[in-house]
Amino acid sequence: MAAKESVHEETHKVGADQLIVVKGGSGKPVLVLHEELGYPGWMKWNEALSERRTLLTPLYPGFGRTPLANWIMNIRDLASFFARFVREQNLAPIDVIGFSLGGWVAAEMAANDPGIFSKIVLVAPVGIRPPEGEIKDLFTVPALIYLRESVRDFASSKEFGALYDGGTSPEQYEAFEDARAETARLAWQPYMFNPSLPHLLEGTANNPTLLVWGREDRVVPVSAAQVYQKSMKNARAMVLDGCGHRPEVEKSEQFIKEVQNFLG
Amino acid sequence: MHIMWFTERQYHYDPETEPERSALLENQILRNRSFFGLPNENFDAQQGSMLLNEYLDEKIYSEDLGFDGLMLNEHHGTPFCLGSVMDVEAAVLAKATKRAKIVLLGNPVPTVANALRLAEELAMIDLISKGRLVPGWVRGAGSEQLANNSNPAYNREYFEEGVDFILKAWTKPGPFRYEGKHFHFRFVNPWVLPLQKPHPPIWIPGLISPDTVVWCAKKRFPYVALATKLEPTVEMWNIYTEAAAREGYQAGPENFGYLQPVFVSDNQQRAEELGKRFLYGGAFAHFARPEWMFPPGYNSKEATRRLARLPLAANLPGKPIHEGGGNETDAELKELRDGVYARYEDSKRELQMIAGTPDYVIPRLRKVLEVLRPGIFSFWLDGPVGYKDRVKCLEMLSKHVMPAMRDIGKELGLVDPFQRAPGSVPLASGRKPESVAHPDGLASMPA
Repeated sequence: MAAKESVHEETHKVGADQLIVVKGGSGKPVLVLHEELGYPGWMKWNEALSERRTLLTPLYPGFGRTPLANWIMNIRDLASFFARFVREQNLAPIDVIGFSLGGWVAAEMAANDPGIFSKIVLVAPVGIRPPEGEIKDLFTVPALIYLRESVRDFASSKEFGALYDGGTSPEQYEAFEDARAETARLAWQPYMFNPSLPHLLEGTANNPTLLVWGREDRVVPVSAAQVYQKSMKNARAMVLDGCGHRPEVEKSEQFIKEVQNFLG
Repeated sequence: MHIMWFTERQYHYDPETEPERSALLENQILRNRSFFGLPNENFDAQQGSMLLNEYLDEKIYSEDLGFDGLMLNEHHGTPFCLGSVMDVEAAVLAKATKRAKIVLLGNPVPTVANALRLAEELAMIDLISKGRLVPGWVRGAGSEQLANNSNPAYNREYFEEGVDFILKAWTKPGPFRYEGKHFHFRFVNPWVLPLQKPHPPIWIPGLISPDTVVWCAKKRFPYVALATKLEPTVEMWNIYTEAAAREGYQAGPENFGYLQPVFVSDNQQRAEELGKRFLYGGAFAHFARPEWMFPPGYNSKEATRRLARLPLAANLPGKPIHEGGGNETDAELKELRDGVYARYEDSKRELQMIAGTPDYVIPRLRKVLEVLRPGIFSFWLDGPVGYKDRVKCLEMLSKHVMPAMRDIGKELGLVDPFQRAPGSVPLASGRKPESVAHPDGLASMPA
């Protein structure tokens, strides 16, 4: 069976709250933590990785599908919520891939309990203040502008138009606004970083980690990669030329190959 | 009827004495499609100082002209309004005037990080003014959240909790500890408390948010609609009246206020020329770009759903906007400006701007009063109009328009919140409330 046809949603309970998880593929599970605009859909990289692995993508509470959980007020709350899900589903230790905001969530989970993960892939994660440049502000631009800024060149990026089904329907506008509102609840200030994270990540030395970054990332400056790498002693950084904030879309073949090799 | 007047205290240059600077500033605003966010290198402190003093002088003088209330507001990061800390102006008026109410519509509670400090500021203004303060609260426009780094996703929660806290700080004997969801105070014991007991009367301004209207009705706070179109304003009155009935009272004129753009001069052509300047820079349509008006989580889910289904206009969020903006040719800019001022005819027809001689203005104001029946009424003067013309307008309002308004108010029974306490007329459970607005009048607008 082709992986895409296996994609379905499962609803779980985590404490009193609901969690909808997109599940697809077969084999050993991988936790996929999505970005600040939401779950962009099943892309080429999902298709390729899911041939050998089961991808579990929880849809964040308050992002439109999974109901809002009022008590989740910061990234650590969200990280703890997912950690409970992983524990209660007997998934630990699990491999994780986190994109942008999802990379930060993964990093917080790892900092709190390194044993929850085996291998960690962080794709242009926010969470650490870049020593040079600023993280692009999601809250002062329309979602579609932010989406467009997330790739180096949207016109030549083949899969760009498939992200969020094109992103222009009224339903998607609502979903973007849900995502932006919940991201504001989680990361308004300090904007998209936790000053203590570089210290806390020092406890992850046993987790093989792959950092993937585009050299021309206009959302999270690549300078942040150095801080991540310094804090995570077992991390390797892969910086891709001619690539923005979405290596998985802009350089999908290279991304797939590297991540497949890394996860094994 | 309580009659007051208001101006945004716009940063401007007089187009008659400084036409070039006035046009240059307007072009900058038009290019930016927004007053908010205009780089502050465009601010000339000499001009700002002169204007702030003129605006205070006008307010002080207007007490002598017989206005009942002096209304102020607050905006941040914009030439639209110089009152970035309204309480400072209110403090000046508190000492410099003797009789008029000082009406603050309103303090943006969510953007003021310290609600206890706000309670203390307002208490001081009430004491200095010897009990003439009417505070009001707003959520603040979306752009204010950005300008003050106040999380828009919690805007309504900050607003409701902040207002409750301020009332508690004024009325609950201290010291006490306050631990809410968003506000935390270890030691609440403001020494300086308001003169008016149990606290100053509170009015709430708004731009037609049903959530706010219902909240006002529950709290028995008068709701002041800020120059909104008549038909949707009637709907809001009805929503308020129904919510009031559920609370067990009959709403009346004392529960409602209305802000009306007006300009009066001694000849019709001149009045319209000055009234048209209300649209300077695009006026409210260019208050701030949509992405700044609607920062994340600021709107309710319902409002977002409605917005998502509007036809995609050039500046709507969700669509890449403003491409090529800022580089318009002179001809394109002229077209943009002409489009802005072309809206004047609609404003005139819909009574969104009433500019003329007293004979022209009074019957139109009568129509507004007949339809909405507000107990609180505020004139709104704005746009880049020189000091002399503004003062002349105030004098004409005082001499020719206000006496007629008072007669109409009496005739229509428009009691204000000082004549009858809002929420004081009981309504038996299950009884249908009487409508306050009289929308029948909309069918026959003055020609």
